[in-house]
Amino acid sequence: MFDVDKLREDFPILSRSVRGVPLVYLDSGATSQKPFQVLDAERHFYENSNAAVHRGAHALAEEATDAYESARETIATFVGAQVEEIVFTKNATEGINLVAYAFSNATDKARQGLDVDQRFVVGPGDSIVVTEMEHHANLIPWQELCAKTGATLRWFGITEQGRLNIEPGVIDHTTKFVSIVHQSNLLGTINPVREIMDMAHAVGALGMVDLCQSVPHMPVDVHELGADFASWSGHKMLGPTGIGILWGKSELLNAMPPFLSGGSMIEMVHMEQSTYAPAPQRFEAGVPMVAQAIGLARACDYLTGLGMENVFAHEQELTAYTLDELAKLEGVRVIGPVDTHDRGSAVSFVVDGIHPHDVGHLMDAKGVAVRVGHHCCWPTCRRFDVPATTRITTYIYNDKSDIDQAIAGIKSAQEFFGTSAKAIA
Amino acid sequence: MSQDLYQEIILDHYKNPRGKKVEIASLAQSYQVNPTCGDEVTVDVGRGPDGTLLVSYDGQGCSISQASASVMSELITGKTPDQAAPIQAAFLELMKSKGQLEPDEEVLEDAIAFAGVSKYPARIKCALISWMALSDAQIKAQLTPITMTRSE
Repeated sequence: MFDVDKLREDFPILSRSVRGVPLVYLDSGATSQKPFQVLDAERHFYENSNAAVHRGAHALAEEATDAYESARETIATFVGAQVEEIVFTKNATEGINLVAYAFSNATDKARQGLDVDQRFVVGPGDSIVVTEMEHHANLIPWQELCAKTGATLRWFGITEQGRLNIEPGVIDHTTKFVSIVHQSNLLGTINPVREIMDMAHAVGALGMVDLCQSVPHMPVDVHELGADFASWSGHKMLGPTGIGILWGKSELLNAMPPFLSGGSMIEMVHMEQSTYAPAPQRFEAGVPMVAQAIGLARACDYLTGLGMENVFAHEQELTAYTLDELAKLEGVRVIGPVDTHDRGSAVSFVVDGIHPHDVGHLMDAKGVAVRVGHHCCWPTCRRFDVPATTRITTYIYNDKSDIDQAIAGIKSAQEFFGTSAKAIA
Repeated sequence: MSQDLYQEIILDHYKNPRGKKVEIASLAQSYQVNPTCGDEVTVDVGRGPDGTLLVSYDGQGCSISQASASVMSELITGKTPDQAAPIQAAFLELMKSKGQLEPDEEVLEDAIAFAGVSKYPARIKCALISWMALSDAQIKAQLTPITMTRSE
């Protein structure tokens, strides 16, 4: 296991104050803080090797291209992928849209009689399957695809305990694509993605997994998920903003029409028509985010240094503690699984008689940064009949004292609003 | 703690809302939602004696949004659109002030309690949502001030 106190010294922001009190950062599910090693890696690139990649033959262009492609290798290794399976995107949302647009664009081309891979053509009578616990990023692109093509959107519901209700018949012979979240950003639930991906493949559908809340927090081998595609963001795993990863099986990536088109993604260009480079370049039009890729690779090295098993074990311990402490508070209800079985570190809760915004505000007054709102999972909130929740998310730099501060913040909100303030224990 | 935000007046209106779900002969309704947090408010307007406004609201949300709707309905009900307009303008100006404006109690009465809200960018929408719904409902009901253009 790693030493949290020592590791915190790598994160300059964690020593600052907010509202006149020391910061307690419990919003890593929204974005993580960055260690100086990541910041230094980006700065080092700009100071020493900055150039546009995959163009130019001068020394800096070579160094920059080498650094960019080395970053791709590091990131691929981190999740057990082949290097050509890793596409750099601006964020996880773009990765999901890239796949949704492959379907949309292939369907458009098929309507014009052009030769496209039929696996990406959808229309009336076909279905796309998601879950009721998707982040809007893994819901709206599929709603849009269905609206454009006439396909039907279906979803697995959620049990009262916050688990997926994997009913037979949701995935059937009409299903062309299944896209599900690995770990819910609102409920914390870790879903049986392998089982669902196998169900998709059994009916000839392709499948995708949203890894935003799992890759930063637990060991993930993309091939073991049984999926065809996966997407996640860099900024939630100590990396910079402005970079995300789409992982896809090479054979599929190379069968897909491009998403954004332009420079860098071409093979041959004529005035009448053009051909495209193989993946991943096919999906990286324009000068890409080189410094961010280098920063993200450094973040992977940082996490590898800690050991992802250790990261997961640390967070499991913190999550168990958080759930125990919340259970001791009267008038506080956790939305999602109440034990650590198949559960990650995102813990959402509601406080009787106090709106989540007010809970969050009064916690903020004590320096405790938590997320409030629907967490881009509005249908999930509706499923539990709550307008919003307050959410604690932890990471490598948090310890039990941070949770104690959060609990004190909740109690202070209860006292302030004159609702039940007595802890049972 | 956080007393600049949670004034006693705000907590009082939150716990004892005025004008919530009161029966009025509604001429128009406006439903507004804050997409960042899911707070919702529905405001109804009607015509009272001597062309004054009647205001009723319903909704769910944080203390700031609910108290603001309560204060608004109390302030605006019984005023003509012309009398209400300067109050509405003053409240909007207060919310945009980033805590730099001394509110005029003569005009805003209980609504001065929201001065502190303007220091918290994330909460301004909470305070404004019901006021936006009221303006929208007034336009729909053609209960806007005479000084405003009425092209129809």
